[in-house]
Amino acid sequence: MLALNNVHTYYGKSHILHGVSIEVQPGEVVGLLGRNGVGKSTTLKTVMGLVRPSEGSVTFEGRQIGGMAPHHLAHLGIAWVPEDRRIFRLLTVMENLRTGLERPGVTEARRKEMLDKVYASFPVLAERREQAGGTLSGGEQQMLAIARAMMLEPKIILLDEPTEGLMPRMVGQISEIINVLHGEGVAILLVEQNVPLTLEASNRVYIMEKGLVRHHAPAADLRANHAVIHQYLGI
Amino acid sequence: MAIGLEQILIQTVNGIVNGMILALVASGLTLIFGIMDVVNFAHGDLVMLGGFVGAVTIAATGNFWLALLVAAVVIAVFGAVLQATTLRPLIGRDPLTTILATFGISLVLQKYAIWQWGPSARRIQEPITGNFSFFYLQYPWYRILTAVLATAIIGALYLFLRYGKYGIWIRATTQDRVMAQAMGIPVPLVHTAVFAIGAGMAAASGVLFGPLGGVTQNIGLDFTLRAFIVVVVGGMGNLGGSILASIFISLLEAYAALIVSPAQAVIVSFVALILTLLFRPTGLFVPTPK
Repeated sequence: MLALNNVHTYYGKSHILHGVSIEVQPGEVVGLLGRNGVGKSTTLKTVMGLVRPSEGSVTFEGRQIGGMAPHHLAHLGIAWVPEDRRIFRLLTVMENLRTGLERPGVTEARRKEMLDKVYASFPVLAERREQAGGTLSGGEQQMLAIARAMMLEPKIILLDEPTEGLMPRMVGQISEIINVLHGEGVAILLVEQNVPLTLEASNRVYIMEKGLVRHHAPAADLRANHAVIHQYLGI
Repeated sequence: MAIGLEQILIQTVNGIVNGMILALVASGLTLIFGIMDVVNFAHGDLVMLGGFVGAVTIAATGNFWLALLVAAVVIAVFGAVLQATTLRPLIGRDPLTTILATFGISLVLQKYAIWQWGPSARRIQEPITGNFSFFYLQYPWYRILTAVLATAIIGALYLFLRYGKYGIWIRATTQDRVMAQAMGIPVPLVHTAVFAIGAGMAAASGVLFGPLGGVTQNIGLDFTLRAFIVVVVGGMGNLGGSILASIFISLLEAYAALIVSPAQAVIVSFVALILTLLFRPTGLFVPTPK
């Protein structure tokens, strides 16, 4: 479905990704682990067309998407939930959701259906629908960011550190949401620092180090063998 | 020199009327800056072009309202083409390049206007010609109509931005261009549309201003300068702030004209600009950043 093959990217003269190859199958949750600064978020930004790969290819459903404009990617079915959430702070919760809903070909009935579904999954967003996005708590903003991505009816969601800075109760909720999305057949590429959550939620896991994928294994194998995690992540 | 209450009231009305025309120009400028980070130095020249297109249409049809509509639509389309061909390739580059580009566009438009329509002023015939008694003055109804029309156009823009589908696209893009694109919003198209809206509003102000001051090829600079002052005083990219600042600056100038000559009164707006930049660079009408 989504495949990065030997992708190299640069920020100015800094070589960030040194030939990353990752694959995500339809409906699969794939974890991307690694210490800070190893290139996990850059990998997602490269998929989203925010960083242009200097070498290698990014394909989605067999189509080259490397360097394609992000709005075209959204229409192809790729949604991105960035690390810092990037809520439209002055737009209400409802308007934040509408940014993903107002697409050609989505009927009014379908829009209502999708909103009802999201409000059922995130009741707090329904309560705060007329509140400005910037006034929500960190956890609520994270829920809004995920809900907003769901409005695109994506085939795959790129989730960048969704539990960062959240209290444990919220982390549990985010984990549940990932399970629900997985159950609905949405593929997820999950970048996380939270190793237990990633191993629990993912089918497969890639471990990155210094801009390269160093290890790749089914999550079940890593759950059973902590030596690998210790080797690369030091925990 | 004692200043009578009636003089103050007359200048208050004058300030509000002038402020609303300025607000129409400044709204477009601030909308364009807010979404594209482009300070459009050619904005006043779009006012001038709108005035000329209006004057030509009135000469051909004799219909002011048709001229207002034609000028707004023609200059909006022209603005869209201008943005797509000259500014879109510069987005994301050093702001100096867009400043120089819009300055260059301004010069080209002025030279085109002088070549096409000559150096003499064209006066647009107002659609209503009556006056009403306002203290010791015969005050033209047209000036009141101008303020009402400018208010209506700005009100329509507000409703469009607040409730329209594309209004949400514009507000989302203004807040976070990258995230807006990731949500499937065609940001380059939104930029072009916003530039077209700003250009259309500038053209409408050119036609509305035509009966008051006439249209010449060099009125653009004055409009750009005044709108720029207003946009800074109101807060760059802040639509509501720009509208309030337009009225505030115009009232300041109107009151200053009670004491000094109107030409000297313009100085107060520059003083307001300097004081704003010194003491409240985010603008007078936005909350102080915490």
